[in-house]
Amino acid sequence: MQIARVIGTVVATQKHAKFEGAKLLLVQPLTIDDKPRGTAILAVDALGAGVHEKVLIVMEGRAAGEALGRKLAPVDAAVVGIIDTVDVTE
Amino acid sequence: MQLARVIGDVVVTRKDENLVGLKLLVLQPIGADGAAAGRTLVAVDAAGAGVGETVFFVRGKEASFPFYPTEVPADAGVVGIVDHWDVETEYRRT
Repeated sequence: MQIARVIGTVVATQKHAKFEGAKLLLVQPLTIDDKPRGTAILAVDALGAGVHEKVLIVMEGRAAGEALGRKLAPVDAAVVGIIDTVDVTE
Repeated sequence: MQLARVIGDVVVTRKDENLVGLKLLVLQPIGADGAAAGRTLVAVDAAGAGVGETVFFVRGKEASFPFYPTEVPADAGVVGIVDHWDVETEYRRT
């Protein structure tokens, strides 16, 4: 899993049926120092995360489908947690 | 999933039988700022997308799920056409 920041939202009317009703968030993966790492990606959200929030995402199809709770959903990333704090010693 | 612009299509006559009838699109992935991000790729189309549109696509075997039970040999698939996206001001990189 990865730590990411929700930076925006995506609106798509014409999409695969398994996305109906699912929220699509633009999330920016972060390094442990909260710096942006790589390109922002789209993740489905079943938790109700909002912009600015730091979230835990999975970037693998099976896990993402399970997070969405829909079988055979063509998804590869999902928000699976809203992060309260991250503590790193060292 | 990732945002991308559809920049072309691919015509393939001789191909895996499970690819027959599917549209293959050339995608340029883009970042939240709309700028190109990473290598172009070819994806199967499960959203009815066309050249010039902004779409989002899925990577991995999940790209074949829209065609279930046909086992489409694809590792990327367009699954939606983007109307618009919004990035919160403070996260916009110039």
